[in-house]
Amino acid sequence: MRLLKLIPDNTNIGFVRLRAWAFGLTAILTIAAAVLVGVRGLNFGVDFKGGVMIEARFQAPPSENMLRSDIDRLHVGEASLSTFGNANTYSIRLPLPTATDEGATNRLVKSVQGALAAKYPGVIFNRAETVSGKVSGELIKNGLLAVFLAVFAIAVFSWIRYEWQFGVSTFVAIFHDVLVTLGFFALTRLDFDLNIVAAVLTIIGYSINDKIVIDDRIRENMRKYRQMDMRALIDLSVNETLPRTVMTSLTILLALGAMLIFGGPVLRGFTAAMMLGVVVGTYSSIYVSSSLLISLGLSPQLTEPRKKSGPPDGAERVG
Amino acid sequence: MLDFPRWKIISIWLVLLAGVAFAIPSLMPDSTAHQFHLDGMSRINLGLDLSGGSHLLLEADTADLVKQNLQKMEDTIRTEMRRGDTKINIGDISTSNGQLSFFVRDVAQLDAAVERARAQTQAAGLSGQRDWNVAVVDSTRIVMTPSQAGTDASVDNAMKTATEVVRKRIDALGTKEPTIVQEGKTRILVEVPGLQHPDQLKALIGKTAKLEFKMVDMNVDAATLTAGHAPPGDEAVPYPDAGAPAGTPMRYIAVSRRAILSGDDLIDAGLSKDENGQPAVSLKFNASGGKKFARATQENSGKLFAMILDGSVLSAPKIDEPILGGNAIIHGSFTTDSANQLAIALRSGKLPVALKFIEERTVGPQLGAASIHAGVIASVIASVAVIVFMLVTYGRFGVYANLAVVLNIFVILAVMAILNATLTLPGIAGFVLTIGTAVDANVLINERIREERRRGRGIVQSVELGYKEASRTIFEANTVHAISGLIMLVLGSGPVKGFAVVLLIGICTSVFTAVTFTRMLTAGWIKRHRPTEIHI
Repeated sequence: MRLLKLIPDNTNIGFVRLRAWAFGLTAILTIAAAVLVGVRGLNFGVDFKGGVMIEARFQAPPSENMLRSDIDRLHVGEASLSTFGNANTYSIRLPLPTATDEGATNRLVKSVQGALAAKYPGVIFNRAETVSGKVSGELIKNGLLAVFLAVFAIAVFSWIRYEWQFGVSTFVAIFHDVLVTLGFFALTRLDFDLNIVAAVLTIIGYSINDKIVIDDRIRENMRKYRQMDMRALIDLSVNETLPRTVMTSLTILLALGAMLIFGGPVLRGFTAAMMLGVVVGTYSSIYVSSSLLISLGLSPQLTEPRKKSGPPDGAERVG
Repeated sequence: MLDFPRWKIISIWLVLLAGVAFAIPSLMPDSTAHQFHLDGMSRINLGLDLSGGSHLLLEADTADLVKQNLQKMEDTIRTEMRRGDTKINIGDISTSNGQLSFFVRDVAQLDAAVERARAQTQAAGLSGQRDWNVAVVDSTRIVMTPSQAGTDASVDNAMKTATEVVRKRIDALGTKEPTIVQEGKTRILVEVPGLQHPDQLKALIGKTAKLEFKMVDMNVDAATLTAGHAPPGDEAVPYPDAGAPAGTPMRYIAVSRRAILSGDDLIDAGLSKDENGQPAVSLKFNASGGKKFARATQENSGKLFAMILDGSVLSAPKIDEPILGGNAIIHGSFTTDSANQLAIALRSGKLPVALKFIEERTVGPQLGAASIHAGVIASVIASVAVIVFMLVTYGRFGVYANLAVVLNIFVILAVMAILNATLTLPGIAGFVLTIGTAVDANVLINERIREERRRGRGIVQSVELGYKEASRTIFEANTVHAISGLIMLVLGSGPVKGFAVVLLIGICTSVFTAVTFTRMLTAGWIKRHRPTEIHI
């Protein structure tokens, strides 16, 4: 049986040569993402903004304007409406009621649900969530802290395990991945909630995974070919690991693709974030983090020789 | 590297077999598991986003607790200073600025007063601190301030009781498998699967439950009564009528200001039946409560008494005859439901601290079911896609990797079942991702073997080197993954946590299935067939 080979043997693509372009593109992407997040802002869900969210599934797609005026009539504050998964399902977000007694939020939810049920027979309320300002503040704080800690801890790990240049290059690349993902959410206005924080953390994990594999190979080759020019060495390492990088990214994308199409509306934002993250992470592993090592002045002479003499007999590359 | 002693092979298969065995109960619907008598085996819990239900987060008002403590101490000091042969005259007692301060009239008694005040404090915490600091200011004034350790201990105590009270109140509702746990220092998390309308639950939890028994003033015409207008010595209290049509004005009854009994005297209340088999509520008092109730019922036979919870009348039954034994039965126009409600309200004790709802999420059952359905379909499709992809890319080695992935799913389920972990929707996403990444280890290994083959190494050596070199990378990659997983587990809440649990378990189990297990299969094949060429 002939097996599928996505990447031919012994590729020799000059990734390092392209690094000026790659750095330029990365800078543009990062700045664009930062501007998008800054100007358009993220469409925070009730998790992070506090408030009341009611998800309603109608029998037939309602008119958004009609729906808005139906809710406005109840004088419950400004409603923000968005479809959720399909045109029949709407997520209705409302500010917290001004009254602070125990029953206030329930009355609010009840009055909206009652009004909608009267006007649109057969409507089903999938979810109702109320998050107070205090909790949403903590969720933002913990979410941000988790992301920063993860990036930081992993950069420190790379630094301790390898040289500091690996730590810095990994940090820069991950920072780029996270910002681009946030930019995507600012651009699409998809709901940014707790699930997305989990997605961002996972993107960080995977992107690092990719970089560790390449860094590990660079390190291995630095011990093997102590006289090799750093550019050639990095190109060699990236090319050697290219089949694995492509295989793994494709497999994950396959799994995520199934999730995106069949996984239901609740996870759609999560899956979209993950897919984008895998693509961006793969790009930054190949083009950014490894090439950045050269700019940071990493050279084979910096590393200690391998304690055991490398792989036995004929360790040199054939072909 | 490729040598596997027999005991190792057997134990690897045993572990995998155990994994499948422990995973199976979780994969069956409830009824099937019951049929095969597997109820006792631990199963994976479904999170609220999958089962539907209500999630409520409550926070204690600690400022209120501190205030309560100050008031209690004020009462104690007032009685303590008056106690005994030598009364200590105090004045100008106040509880402002978070401290209790009072003035001792006779300076000669100052030391004795400090002594008596100190006697009311207790050790708090491990450092030998007292729960109150007692100090003398301006040589005639004693100031008592709650210490940090004292406040902490009091909050801690109150939270434990509050959690118990909330648990009792929810248990009384009879919903299935509610989760009630203290979260952090001042919060209680309540999760009730299947509950769609948390209003009743909220009303029940929110009650501060100050229960009093008072005599009804029979001389007042209830029709003329409104709030705040009652004869001297009486007070008008609302008496909600659940059966009244909406819009009916609230009815009031006049009760004596003096309580005959308080909630502390009541030991238990329950649903029972009267002599005619009609639903009734039984009451049980403690010794002193029983005596007080006996006296009151002897003096007031034929009159009404009111059970007042938080300033609102629960019920105002007529005293038919003196009740001497400390056990009473209230009967009348109860349905089983209303009798049960009254019993719950009477017995569910007093919350030591006011609780506030700060987060509330309710998921409908349809959404949960739809999510499970979508999650399962997505997982199956993702698995099939990945399996086919691995097969066409790596041939025999792909089959091994696929076996490993499938077994890995079972092992993760088994570990989750044993840990009694909760599977949430993001957890299902975690599963799909684990499928995608568990193969990464095999991709790393197989690509390395390919590479070594290209360099002209022999088959055995290529496989050995492939596993050895890739294992190091896999270990490093997994460490990094585990770091982000741990951070999510510690800092994350709700969905983030559910995702992290599956991720972390998947990282650990995938090392076993994707590396150890496939190595065993590969080694066995090479040993048996001594292939002269491998297709990879």
